[in-house]
Amino acid sequence: MEIAVTVNGQLRRADVEPRTLLVYLLRETFGLTGTHVGCDTTHCGACTVLLDEVPVKSCTVLAVQADGSSVMTVEGLETDGRLHPLQSAFSDHHGLQCGYCTPGMLMAAWALLRETPHPQPAEIRRALSGNLCRCTGYQNIVEAVADAAQRMAQEVG
Amino acid sequence: MALELSEPRPLGKPIRRKEDARLIRGQGRYLDDIVLPGMLHLALVRSPYAHARIRRIDVQRAAALPGVHLVLTGQDLAAAGLAWMPTLAGDRQMVLAVDKVLFQYQEVAAVVAESRALAEDAAALVEVDYEPLPAVVDPYRALEPGSPILREDRDPPSNRIFHWEAGDRAATEAALARSAVVVRETVRMPRVHPAPLEPCGCIADYQRATGRLTWYVTSQAPHAHRTVLAMVAGIPEHKIRVVSPDVGGGFGNKVPVFPGYVAAIVAAMRLNRPVKWVETRTENLTSTNFARDYHMTVEIGADADGKVTALKVSTIADHGAFDAAADPTRFPAGLFSIVTGSYDFPVAFAEVDGVYTNKAPGGVAYRCSFRVTEASFLIERAMQSLALRLGMDPVALRLKNFIPPEKFPYHSPLGWTYDSGNYRATLERAMERIGYAALRQEQAERRARGELMGIGVSTFTEIVGAGPSHTFDILGIKMFDSCELRVHPTGKVLARLGTRHQGQGHETTFAQVIAEELGLTADDVLVEEGDTDTAPYGLGTYASRSTPTAGAAAAVAARRVRDKARRIAAHLLEVAEDDVEWDGTRFHPAGTPARGVTMAEVALAAYTNPPPGMEPGLEGTVYYDPPNLTFPNGAYLCVVDIDKGTSQVHVRRFVAVDDCGTVINPMVVEGQIHGGLTEGFAIAFLQEIAFDEQGNCLAPNFMEYLVPTAVETPQWETDRTVTPSPHHPIGAKGVGESPNVGSPAAFVNAVIDALAPLGVTHLDIPLYPWKIWEVLHERGVAE
Ligand code: FES
Ligand code: FES
Repeated sequence: MEIAVTVNGQLRRADVEPRTLLVYLLRETFGLTGTHVGCDTTHCGACTVLLDEVPVKSCTVLAVQADGSSVMTVEGLETDGRLHPLQSAFSDHHGLQCGYCTPGMLMAAWALLRETPHPQPAEIRRALSGNLCRCTGYQNIVEAVADAAQRMAQEVG
Repeated sequence: MALELSEPRPLGKPIRRKEDARLIRGQGRYLDDIVLPGMLHLALVRSPYAHARIRRIDVQRAAALPGVHLVLTGQDLAAAGLAWMPTLAGDRQMVLAVDKVLFQYQEVAAVVAESRALAEDAAALVEVDYEPLPAVVDPYRALEPGSPILREDRDPPSNRIFHWEAGDRAATEAALARSAVVVRETVRMPRVHPAPLEPCGCIADYQRATGRLTWYVTSQAPHAHRTVLAMVAGIPEHKIRVVSPDVGGGFGNKVPVFPGYVAAIVAAMRLNRPVKWVETRTENLTSTNFARDYHMTVEIGADADGKVTALKVSTIADHGAFDAAADPTRFPAGLFSIVTGSYDFPVAFAEVDGVYTNKAPGGVAYRCSFRVTEASFLIERAMQSLALRLGMDPVALRLKNFIPPEKFPYHSPLGWTYDSGNYRATLERAMERIGYAALRQEQAERRARGELMGIGVSTFTEIVGAGPSHTFDILGIKMFDSCELRVHPTGKVLARLGTRHQGQGHETTFAQVIAEELGLTADDVLVEEGDTDTAPYGLGTYASRSTPTAGAAAAVAARRVRDKARRIAAHLLEVAEDDVEWDGTRFHPAGTPARGVTMAEVALAAYTNPPPGMEPGLEGTVYYDPPNLTFPNGAYLCVVDIDKGTSQVHVRRFVAVDDCGTVINPMVVEGQIHGGLTEGFAIAFLQEIAFDEQGNCLAPNFMEYLVPTAVETPQWETDRTVTPSPHHPIGAKGVGESPNVGSPAAFVNAVIDALAPLGVTHLDIPLYPWKIWEVLHERGVAE
């Protein structure tokens, strides 16, 4: 099936099998390997991307469902050579170790901060509860997201 | 907050990780991100039965599917002598089943096709006719006479894999008989799984014309894998290149060699095309390497004042269908003999019997230095039981029995020489941090009101850094590790090590070690691991061995380079070598600090203007054979509240004070501790790979095998004491596993402490809410 998806601001077309999952469209057809696969039951969130600005687990969305939509992946966070505040905060606070969960975490956090610019730690934890991390114990991720929220508020202010 | 990489004198500072720059941009290069031209995909057919005879395999429909290139069965492999492969533990394991399957999800056939989806489609078309056999699931039953023999290939046929013991049985039994108090407890550490977020996988790329195999693989131990491969596949070792790209967590899961790997290599050699195999999460949890499954009975003796007298431990170790642990050769039960822990036992005895059952193979060291988690959990639980029996505060019991600082190096009754420790100071720091006395006061008040609050203690000692060559090898290869250092003419450094990080931050921490020794910044040092064509031979990253072995190699290699640099500096400064001083960043003539040369200036001279007669260049290679293991330790205190209505255990506080010797990067160390505590929390409360009576795996995916999310995970409070290792070049001990080793007992001890007024002395983990619910209902206190 022919589909057209705007990925990180760029219109892209592909011919996919109806059963192709969005995550494989991104990884294999478009070569955007920042989005990862960590499970087969929609639990880990390593595959989290934004579909029309809503975080989705791209392993549980068919590529054809994204037809006509816009998708943002971790590769779309950096603009004009500037890291997104979430990306710098993750590094500043050691919010990643192996980095396998990181792209999904960043996208889930991005969606949280859009809805809730000043989240409490408990809200951050809840917003990230669909994203598993086996390395960090989450604490530094929560700090990173809180700090990124502050930086973004300052940038806007 | 991280400090920048340009920070001078970086050792001991929270330097920003170099790894982050690519990983936060989604530019990591993990195994499944690699695509080679002409690459095919492999999928495995797995057994639905835990124990069955294979009557017939029909691959015709699968092979006929367009786009399928190859279907492999055990018979095909047997014809090539590859039906079995050696395990790192010295057993052997079926690659693809011949005649019989021994666990559910065992690999039975492999299908190679144009795409992964097509390979899966074809795998579903492979027809296997099974004759189910009775499954042996309970490891105790496996040892009973008349139990079906699982491994008919073994001689003599027996379900017992090994019997191992350490210590003095007779003296221990005599001491127990004389003891005023003896507490006996059976403690089970159930089967769990390391479950790194990235599953295992590989790409085999074989070029028939040259006979060269490049094998990309999610490996914690690339060199060991190369050697095993040379042994299994008969490919000359110099024609094998193992590349372990970015690895998405390992925790012991990525140490062994798996059937899917061998199948992919055989397929690549047959087809002369690259073949990729990546397991699904279900395959990961059901077939590639569980951990624990230790069934332990402990007897601990003490005199009436609480001074410990003797420790006796008997264990049944369920290894599944094949002993696919990665223990050092002489240690079939790993380093379980650390079981006397932090306490000064006059005598002790431990024995372990390894057993085959119809379960997935393994027994890997999951975030643990070979069965140390099991040992620590057991002794820390036993100390809790003893304190309860004696009516003593568990902290007081520990303070009474700690090995005192003046006894180090301490010779344990089970044969280890502990390098250093100051257990009392570490525990006192933890008590201060948490406000121990006030908490006990609060607990007394709450108990008076009928509330369930508990305080758990765990004061563990780990044993890591395997290991000294006189005792430690895997398949005969000594467990040294290595570093090769090259200082370029402009003073920048390339360092290659035999280890392979999976999130631990070696690219940064080893750069810090080297930079500190050479007066450079971490930015000046590029650390590379994971490519056997370029890295010096090493045994890899697991069992918290990287810092004690490769980290030591890095420091010693840098010192060797500095020694040569000193001679060059003498030449440049025109003074005698003995008159050259090193101030940490520059060489200068003694007493004249103003007139110095930097390492960069020396490096340039090494290539452009070496002293007459000196070989040019500035390099150092070290294969470091550690003189001893290191013994990190810690004191963990945990506070829980139990809700009598919902039976939920709420972890209110957790204070972890670790002593891992010299700290290279406190930010990284803290991160390791947070992660390990979270895994320990999961083991205490959430996780078990359980089986039903037919041997069906009951936790084959993340729906049943619970990984804690950010919501359940407690807030961690960390602190440290620093007792350097006297034999490590920079005094570091390793830390990655301490929190996973030490914390499960702290959680469980807290829950038992809360329930102790109800007469509860022991509960088996995981402490699911229903277990608490049962207790509360039985004792009539549920609300
Ligand atoms: S891959 Fe795990 S949720 Fe999508
Ligand atoms: S950093 Fe490894 S899974 Fe999160």
